[in-house]
Amino acid sequence: MCGIAGFLGPPDAPAAAQATLQRMIRTLHHRGPDGYGFHVDGGAGLAHARLAVIDLATGAQPIANERRNVWTVFNGEIFNYRSLRAELQRRGHRFATASDTEVIVHLYEEHGDRFVEHLNGQFAIALWDAERQRLVLARDRCGVRPLYHVRAGGRHWFASEIKALLAVRPELARLDPQGLAQAFTFWGPIEPGSVFAGVECLPPGHLLAIERDGRETLSRYWDWSFPEQGAPQRRWQSVEQAAGELRELLADAVRLRLQADVPLGAYLSGGLDSSAVVALMREAGAASTRTFSIAFDEAEFDESAHQQAMVRHLGCEHTTLHCTRRAIGEAFPQLIRHAEAPVLRTAGVPLMLLAQQVRQAGYTVVLTGEGADEVFGGYDLFKEAKVRRFWARQPDSRFRPLLLGRLYGYLENSPVRHAALAQSFFGRGMEGIDRPVFAHVPRWTSSRHALRFLAPELRAGIDGWDPLAWYEQRLPPAIARWSPLARDQYVEAKTLLAAYLLPSQGDRPAMAHSIEGRFPFLDHRVVEFANALPAHWKIRGMTEKYLLRKALAGLLPADILARTKQPYRAPDQSSFFVDGEPLDYVADLLSAERIRAAGWFDAAAVGRLFEKCRHGRAIGFADNQAFVGILSTMLIDELFLRRAAA
Amino acid sequence: MPTEAASVEARVRHYILENLLFSDDGSELPNDASLLDRGIIDSTGVLEVVMFLEEAFGIRVKASEMLPENFDSVNNIVRFVERQRSVA
Repeated sequence: MCGIAGFLGPPDAPAAAQATLQRMIRTLHHRGPDGYGFHVDGGAGLAHARLAVIDLATGAQPIANERRNVWTVFNGEIFNYRSLRAELQRRGHRFATASDTEVIVHLYEEHGDRFVEHLNGQFAIALWDAERQRLVLARDRCGVRPLYHVRAGGRHWFASEIKALLAVRPELARLDPQGLAQAFTFWGPIEPGSVFAGVECLPPGHLLAIERDGRETLSRYWDWSFPEQGAPQRRWQSVEQAAGELRELLADAVRLRLQADVPLGAYLSGGLDSSAVVALMREAGAASTRTFSIAFDEAEFDESAHQQAMVRHLGCEHTTLHCTRRAIGEAFPQLIRHAEAPVLRTAGVPLMLLAQQVRQAGYTVVLTGEGADEVFGGYDLFKEAKVRRFWARQPDSRFRPLLLGRLYGYLENSPVRHAALAQSFFGRGMEGIDRPVFAHVPRWTSSRHALRFLAPELRAGIDGWDPLAWYEQRLPPAIARWSPLARDQYVEAKTLLAAYLLPSQGDRPAMAHSIEGRFPFLDHRVVEFANALPAHWKIRGMTEKYLLRKALAGLLPADILARTKQPYRAPDQSSFFVDGEPLDYVADLLSAERIRAAGWFDAAAVGRLFEKCRHGRAIGFADNQAFVGILSTMLIDELFLRRAAA
Repeated sequence: MPTEAASVEARVRHYILENLLFSDDGSELPNDASLLDRGIIDSTGVLEVVMFLEEAFGIRVKASEMLPENFDSVNNIVRFVERQRSVA
């Protein structure tokens, strides 16, 4: 895993260009502490910060082809590089290294911009074609690795993290109110946006070609896609056959992700997905099954008992990080410095602290179960939508809405504890049953509560903004022809997964401590397999991830196999108070004076929320999310905007 | 008694404005407006209101009384509190 940065624009003196690249790449040292590399060619500059994982001896970047007219820097892993390399060698390409990076330049020579379609991996790539004088940026299919870019000062700039862009273009340190409104609604800024005005992320599954004259071509090479609703499924004769095929596919996805020249570990949450990954690592003959997990004091969040059961079952060498609320509150600014976006949850912090433990234990790479819930239909949101649709077909039924009572059993203050109230809440928006965002309306309704705290002039600016309609306009027309579950999965993959989980709970917290996460469930072959499945093989009745459970039968203990999904969460606003007193930086950042000076929020409203939280009266999601969202935005202001202005 | 009802109403309004709307602008809270429809409370927000009512007015809300019609507007909440107090 690594960091990349660079630019394309008018030629500069080589020494000046290299100095610019150095200023950028130094900000990404945490992503690649094992050395820097640079390439300058006229107006193009590439920089690389290396975390050595594969080919420790000769894998330094940038790497060029035989004729040294195609150069690349890349962050990530190409898991199928061995087979690609063998094929390219058969076609006459000569390799100078044993790295996965080198296949990129030779594949580009063979296939041009379509090289990216051949890669199975998690990557952000910058490639300079010196002959055609064009810069190519590409990002993996699901958005595991980040890549930002911006046009400023006559150049096109790119980098793994926004801080590298700010290092050379400090004028970009401006918050975009629209990006903020998106983050407060959808949990993260929606592609291609960011919360920094003008800075764009390259959307997952996209390639951007920038010609020397500045012309740009953005193309999508992959997307989540589903069969039309009602189309006959002919691929599998039976559910058993599909389960068997899935088991083989998952085993291969894990096997490919065991390639490394450094020791590998795994995260073990105690749930089905990470347990499956660890068991498949063991089955694939991993040299060690070194595992790591998080434990909490609060029973509502803690899954230690299940983690320990799995540790005993597999005989793993295991480390548990006991994460206190105080530790979360104190480390929160560090998370925001890495995430570079407001967040509505603190859950990234324990993952960042866990990455630190992994690093201290001498490990660089961990496999995790990330993505399984999006791919195989694991979230309560999918089941909630299923019940609401079932109910909407007979709105007068007294019994159908009672199924809501089977959801959210893991929450202390469950929204379904009182049936009549739950029905009243979840029964709203039923007229939008055919809308692609139907499933997400309750979640986004709660999140949007945070917008209430914006300063009056910002609120006025988004007064006419209808986030549901805005988001629906961005969806592919084909979504209307997919099954309801497929629609829900697509929206979840593009919002929760790509805009929040992968950056703010995935890449950034891990890279804060130079740890590379690998996600077998997001192998595009697994995603494509799952997307082709009939909906009722994913959620059967009210059993989530039905086919996945079937595929894993015999591999996991029965109680893990039968466990109902418990989403990973961490204590939120309570992490920032000790005996009713705020942590020092929280008191400072949320003081009326600081809030007014920053100008993003209504100081009086924030003061009321602060008091409510301080007295332990904020028990619902909406207030917790608003508090964490406001605090993280104030940290963005403190860490990025004020510093740039100073 | 009108005075007592007015006092209940004032306290309920103050609580909702301060803790759920985070505002001192009373015009944001018409007494007959649906708190659920306006997104002022969700189903856990109702639990906060119930905790407040039990604490402030010394009543006990039974599970069977956890109904939207009791808590979906200032008027409904005031009526509910008055009913409870008259029974007590």
